[in-house]
Amino acid sequence: MSTVHLQHEHNRETCRQYLESLGDYVEGTLAAELCREIEAHMAVCDNCRIVVNTLAKTITLYRQMPSPELPNAVRERLFAVLDLAPYYRPGPESEDEPDSVT
Amino acid sequence: MSHQDDSDLVARLKAGDQAAYAQLVNDHAARIYRLALRMMGNETDAEDVLQETFLSAFKSIDNFEERASLSTWLYRIATNAALMRLRRKEPELVSVEEPVERDDGDLLPRQFFDFCCLPEEDFLRAEARAEMLRAIDELPATLRSVFILRDVEGLSTEETAAALDLSISAVKSRLMRARLKLRERLATYFSQGPVIPETRQ
Ligand SMILES: [Zn+2]
Repeated sequence: MSTVHLQHEHNRETCRQYLESLGDYVEGTLAAELCREIEAHMAVCDNCRIVVNTLAKTITLYRQMPSPELPNAVRERLFAVLDLAPYYRPGPESEDEPDSVT
Repeated sequence: MSHQDDSDLVARLKAGDQAAYAQLVNDHAARIYRLALRMMGNETDAEDVLQETFLSAFKSIDNFEERASLSTWLYRIATNAALMRLRRKEPELVSVEEPVERDDGDLLPRQFFDFCCLPEEDFLRAEARAEMLRAIDELPATLRSVFILRDVEGLSTEETAAALDLSISAVKSRLMRARLKLRERLATYFSQGPVIPETRQ
């Protein structure tokens, strides 16, 4: 652990320079040349390799997060507030508990 | 949905056609509610933002210019409504003039626990899900709105920029800051191992 830490201190400036390109890197929109540079750096820098892996994982986790449904009660009140009550039709509401926010 | 598909509906909306209003709500209410819920973090405020969004959309439909899609336009109204409400509730998280480029100091990764390859069930735990939502809630609102539109709702950088009235580069830089903050927080969380409630500080 401490050796990894020391290595990180040693490369800190380099790591910092790559930091702002990592977003484009994980999305695959970074120029090929810069990609190769970052990959070469990751081969010798565990910290940057971990940051890239976990950054990509973070994005994936949020993309896969189940989306909350619009409850019919909320939909119905919305139509009422908008003076559109006659147009209200219940939507397909899943049986599952809506995922809680808090 | 392309602008072309919108134009017939927009014409009917501008003519005051009630059925067109109902169609607008049916087409977009679920998405706007989702955005509002992620922005506000609770159902009561999310419902208020949802209602406010359509009320103000109906009021200002005459000003709608078809440079943006209806969907982007509604996202924009909803985000503004949410930010306004958050500004009242938590002014410390929503400074109006947040500097776009702050010192990178607080962005530098500090937590290097490699959680990317933990067993899948670790990520599916209710605890982990709740932590992910709390992490969004604790982002500064200006970063939260960008992150939600891009990474949760899946809008493109361009659509997000249009919805939030930001430059492309501001969207990219805020998105990066949001993602790094979330990564840092999840790395800290997962480094503590599966949580046994009684022993967690
Ligand atoms: Zn590095």
